[in-house]
Parts: sequence; structure tokens; C-alpha cells
Amino acid sequence: MTAAKKVQIATVAPKVHVSLGAVDKEFAQPGRPGEIVHALGPVDLDLRQGEFFAVVGPSGCGKSTLLELVAGLSTATRGEVAFEGRPIHGRIPDGIGVVFQEDASFPWLSVHDNIAFGLRRMKIDRAERERRIGVALDMMGLSAFARSFPAQLSGGMRQRVCIARTLVTEPRLILLDEPFGALDQQTRLLMGDEVLNLWRKTGATVLLITHSLDEAALLADRIGVMSARPGRLIDIVETGWPRDRDSRIAQEEAFGAITARLWRLLRGESLKAMGKVGGET
Amino acid sequence: MSVPMKDGSIKRRPLKRGWTDTLLLVVLLLAVWQGLAWVIGAAELPSPFTTIAFTGRLLTSPSFWPHLLETAKAFGVALLLSVVIGLATGFLLGMNRFAGDLLEPVLVAVYSVPKITLYPILLLLFGLGIAAKVAFGTIHGVIPIALFTLAAVRNTRPVLLKTGRVMGLSTREMISGILLPAAMPEIFTGLRLGFSLTLIGTLLGEMFASQRGLGFMLMNAIGLHNVDVIMALTFLLVLFAGCASGFLLYLNRRFYQHV
Repeated sequence: MTAAKKVQIATVAPKVHVSLGAVDKEFAQPGRPGEIVHALGPVDLDLRQGEFFAVVGPSGCGKSTLLELVAGLSTATRGEVAFEGRPIHGRIPDGIGVVFQEDASFPWLSVHDNIAFGLRRMKIDRAERERRIGVALDMMGLSAFARSFPAQLSGGMRQRVCIARTLVTEPRLILLDEPFGALDQQTRLLMGDEVLNLWRKTGATVLLITHSLDEAALLADRIGVMSARPGRLIDIVETGWPRDRDSRIAQEEAFGAITARLWRLLRGESLKAMGKVGGET
Repeated sequence: MSVPMKDGSIKRRPLKRGWTDTLLLVVLLLAVWQGLAWVIGAAELPSPFTTIAFTGRLLTSPSFWPHLLETAKAFGVALLLSVVIGLATGFLLGMNRFAGDLLEPVLVAVYSVPKITLYPILLLLFGLGIAAKVAFGTIHGVIPIALFTLAAVRNTRPVLLKTGRVMGLSTREMISGILLPAAMPEIFTGLRLGFSLTLIGTLLGEMFASQRGLGFMLMNAIGLHNVDVIMALTFLLVLFAGCASGFLLYLNRRFYQHV
């Protein structure tokens, strides 16, 4: 009875993992003192523990800025970002892993050493380190390339190296900044499956920034739709996918309905972002 | 303003070029030398064979070694100073945008001043001994090393630095773990240039105000029109500089063949 009650509470009020409260970000214009660009906000958003949350929005709407705020790479002008109940204020919190759009593999290190890079500084003994690297290599399909160097790999494989490097530190929150942006469509779909797989296995919360509506509809539990700059959340779309999903859900009817809804929300904003006074939706 | 390269990679030749190319080049140079010796005449330009034979005799004469030792000492210290000060300056300015923008033009300006104009000042500062030679060698080598390091550090792709920050690296770890290896191929170019310029500076220092060292020997030989000594010393210096530069290049390719 009590167990059932607990489950119910857990589903009704999921734990908040990351929270953004009235967050604004303004940039000073380099070379133009006094001129300020309002890039983002105000944004209010709670990410639930263990969910897969995607953010879509027109280009230049501050999606990546949002991610940098959560990663602690930049500081909010106003408002507060909190991770696991503790405010992040330009401080890089432990337990967060980031994968960027650009290839961030270290060209001077082998695949194995790239993955080991973040672990070296954690106080982990050698055996455990090698075990984790082995698991990550295996999961990312890189076992045969442990001794290779990034220059010898394809773009998709290099991105997998970066994912593996983040993965081995066992982050509780994984931030993905358009990680498949530079990859071809087929590779993107397969990488999406791998990320879903990883998300299931690790139980981490995932925040995915993407410009691809398909990608968001395919991967996420919830999708935050952002307006043109200054980026605000105009809606949050629940996808309702089961946890053990993969890219084959793209064939389902609901998938088309979700992307259609996202595009309805975004079309006007995208036009605005392109400088057109877009009105009709 | 330096713009980081889109893919961040620097085109590099494959490691194994084989010794045949090098050998071919050496043979070609010797042939040209021999040809010139025939045309100009052995009195003005001794042939390779004569020079190498004389170099052998020079190397076995006891009066040669103190000079070599003196130059080696001065060059060694000057090179060490050039590298340490150059790298430190390069990293400091490369990591600090404002200071870099401010001081880079100054460095370039100082670099383009013929250093020999500063020599009287250095002599007044350091006297006629080894210190002045070291200082003169250092001012030749330090600026290119600093400039190359500065550019290399600045050109490090921002995403690599972001990755380091996300991992929570300290400034020290950032330098040793990311900045230095990422910038190393370019820094190596600066080091090779700094190496040869430091050597030139040290020898010049010896040529103009010194009673010891290879530079002094060379100046002396020029005064006495001792062509054999001039040729032998030049030959030795070219050999040394060539080998050292080749060795640095080899190290660079060896460590950074995948970059």
C-alpha cells in the first residue's frame, strides 16, 4: 500500500533536477560599448530527474546560451539556475557532462586517452578507470579503435569519442549542444539511438539543444519550444513516448503529429528570426 | 585578431619521408659547392674535400676547443633563456586577450629593429664578458618564440578550452593538459626559428666584442683572410644548425604525427 503510494507520489511530483528561475542573459556588444543584446529570457524551466528534455527554437534564439548557463560556462544576468538544489553561479558543477556540436576530441591523444582524459583527474584507481573506459568504448562501438587517433576517424566516430569521454565520468546531467549537427542524416538517426540507449542505461537527465524538430520529437520526453530572440519558452510539448524507444518511432503517426505541432509553434518565430515580419501561422 | 581555424587541423607531411631525400639534398649541395669551387678557384673558395679535411685538423687542434666551449656555454644559456622567457611571455599574452592585443604590436616592432643597434647598450649593461653574448643571443631568439607561442595559444580552438572548463580543470591543468599540447606543433616552429636566431645572435655577439668563442675566431679569420678557417667554421655551424633543426622537426613529427 505504502509502496504503491510512493510510486504514485513519484509520478505525480517528479524530483526537480535542474531549475531555471526567471533567467535572463544579456551580452555587451564587443566594440560597441553601451549597447546590450538581450539574448535570452526570462526563462522559467524545471527539468525532472531522469527525463530527456529537448529545446528547439529558431536560429539565434539563445538555445546554446541556455545550455552554457546550465553548464556553468556563463552566468545569468538575472535569475537563478540551480542544479540538484544548489545554485550554479558561473561555477562548473560536478556531475555535469557536456557534448558540443563542434568536434572537441583532442587530436594529440588516442581514442583511449581521450576518453581517459576526464577520469585522470578524478581519484579513481586504474582498474576502475580501465573498466569504465572499456564499457564506454564498447557502448559507443569504438573498441576496435582504442589505439587510433581522432584524425583517423570519421566525424561521427569522433563525436562518439566525445560522448564516451563525457560518459565515463558518470554525469548525472548530460548536456548535448547540437551534438549531431555536423553529421549526415543516417548517422544522426543511429547516434540518436545510441544516446537513447545511454540515457536508459545511466539514468541521467539529458538536456538536448537541437535545431532539428525531428530529432527533438524522436528523442525527448518533453520538448521546450523557444521564441525568436530574446529566447523565451513559448510552449512545452509532451511526446508521451515509452522509455524503451528507438528511431523506429519515426514511422508512427504520433511522430508526425508532434513535428507538425512543433512547426506550427515555430514557423512564425523562425520568420521573425529571419528578419521577416512573419504573422500568419 | 586571430581567427581559429574551422577544423583546427594543420596540414602536416607524413612522418616517413625517408632518408633518401635528405641524402639527395646533401649530395646536391656538395656538388654545387664543388662546382663553385672550380669556377671561383680554390684560393677563394676551397672545395668540400679540402674544407672537410681542414675541419678535421681544426677539431684535433687543442686551441680550438676553448673557443667552442665558450660559444656552447653562451649559446646554451641564451637558448634556455629564450625558450623559458619566450614560452612564458607567449602563454601569458596568448591567454590574456587585452595584454596580447596591447603588446603584440610592440613585440613585432622590437623584432623588426636590427638588434645590432642595441648591442652598444647591452655592452654597457653587461660588460665585455659572456653575459653580453648571452643577452644578445637571447634578444634574438626570445621574440619569435613568444610570437609563435602567442599565436598558437590564441588559435587553440575554443571548444577544447570549453571542454577543459566543463571538466573543472585548474589553470595549471588547462595549460599542461590542453593549451600546451594543442599549441605544440606551432610552438615547435617558433622554437626552431628561435633556435637558429639565438645561435646567430650569440655568434654576432662574439664577433663584435669578444676575445673568445667561434664568432671571435671567425672575425679573426676574416681579418687575416684565412679562408680555410672561415670555411671550416661555417661548415661546422651549418652542420650543427642543420642537424639541430632536423632533430627538432623529427621530434615534432614524432610526437604530433596524428595532429
